[in-house]
Amino acid sequence: MRLEVDITGKTFRSAAGGTHEVLAPVKFALQSGEVGVLIGPSGCGKSTMLRIILGLDHDFAGHIARPPEARIGMVFQEPRLLPWRSVEQNVRLAAPEVTEAKLSELFRILELEAHRSHFPGELSLGLARRVALARAFAVEPDLLVLDEPLASLDDALAGRLRDEIATLVASRPVMTLLVTHSLDDAIRLGDRLFFLSPRPARILAEVPIGIPREERGEAEIAAIKAGLARDAS
Amino acid sequence: MLRLLSFALLLVIWWVAALAVGGAKLPSPPAVLQVMIAEASSGALFLHLGATLARVALAFTLAMSLGSAIGYLMGRVKLADRLGDPWLILLLNLPALVVIVLAYIWAGLTEAAAIAAIAINKLPTAIVTLREGTRALDRSLDEMASVFAMPRWRAFRHVVLPQLAPYIAASARSGLSLVWKIVLVAELLGRPNGVGFEIGVAFQLFDTPRLLAYSLTFAAVVLVIETVLVQPFEARANRWRPRAA
Repeated sequence: MRLEVDITGKTFRSAAGGTHEVLAPVKFALQSGEVGVLIGPSGCGKSTMLRIILGLDHDFAGHIARPPEARIGMVFQEPRLLPWRSVEQNVRLAAPEVTEAKLSELFRILELEAHRSHFPGELSLGLARRVALARAFAVEPDLLVLDEPLASLDDALAGRLRDEIATLVASRPVMTLLVTHSLDDAIRLGDRLFFLSPRPARILAEVPIGIPREERGEAEIAAIKAGLARDAS
Repeated sequence: MLRLLSFALLLVIWWVAALAVGGAKLPSPPAVLQVMIAEASSGALFLHLGATLARVALAFTLAMSLGSAIGYLMGRVKLADRLGDPWLILLLNLPALVVIVLAYIWAGLTEAAAIAAIAINKLPTAIVTLREGTRALDRSLDEMASVFAMPRWRAFRHVVLPQLAPYIAASARSGLSLVWKIVLVAELLGRPNGVGFEIGVAFQLFDTPRLLAYSLTFAAVVLVIETVLVQPFEARANRWRPRAA
């Protein structure tokens, strides 16, 4: 499967009546098994781009080619759980075909076993984000979209969740699109990094990472970072 | 316990007031109870109460289902809102009495006319409440449902309906109290039975004990329905919310 994004422009009409350009021409493609990372400053239009790719926003110029049968798993910036349904129901409603074995496995990996019957209002933000991850993985997506899934979590938890995402992504072929402004997350998880400009967003540079994810130790990550810094200057 | 105490206080005040103004204007509680028992044993009380309750149930169900559907539509579709709004304002401000009298003139002194008139009175408030509820729906959850490709019915049931539940409960509660009040007027004006009809008869005869016997029984039934049906529904709809201290 393959995702092709070819946006030629997106403008937005503000309440005051002016038009603002949100996206400049953006073009890239993603294969099954690949993790693409969109990195850019806050407010550059990343979320708008995701909404277009997910088919939530049709008011743009260009074309998105995504297999119609592709199942989508999404982790929004905010968890977006249904507050009136339990943790388990939240996952099952999005993924009705999920087997009990698969669900237990996910809850075990994400350490949610004790919270199955809790309501989202009873969870901390970190837990709620893990439920959102469980929901996205439970649908066994062909396209996985993660919109800053680790923002506003402490370093230790973010690190653990990052490892969990890497494990889950490795467990099946899936096109993954990760949005972040953490270079560290991008290098640890990504196969290809797309650096975006400030608004209106366009791709400044596309950087492939040659070393397979599981072989990236601290030394390799530091080297990639140094290389990126050298290129940028 | 406190509620019982407060109820007992009401009875005491009533009794004292009855002694002060005399039995013709305000009969004492035992006198009213006596009439209640007499009416109950003859079966008349249950007949009239049943007729009224049936009208309430029919008119309430009709107005709630129609009003909720129209309100949801007006909250979702801008065109429906713009077309329906002038009608809504007219209906909201039409006095209940006008609707009832017109219904009886146009459709005759029939059961259908009475029920339709009561339902029409309740309809606009149900529409307004549900329209507000629909406008307040969380778009971000709609997007979530759409991204995860939830089928329409599942999304409506699990994403939309729980958000509307508090509005439905509020509209049911205010609507029920409105229907209780209007049904008596409709019965007084054009029905040969029901609590409203009996109160009309009692009024013509200046029979205060009978008037009080019927209205208090009616109030008791309303109270029971409120505690047995409406409150548990509200509690269930809100069970996921953190409890207020």
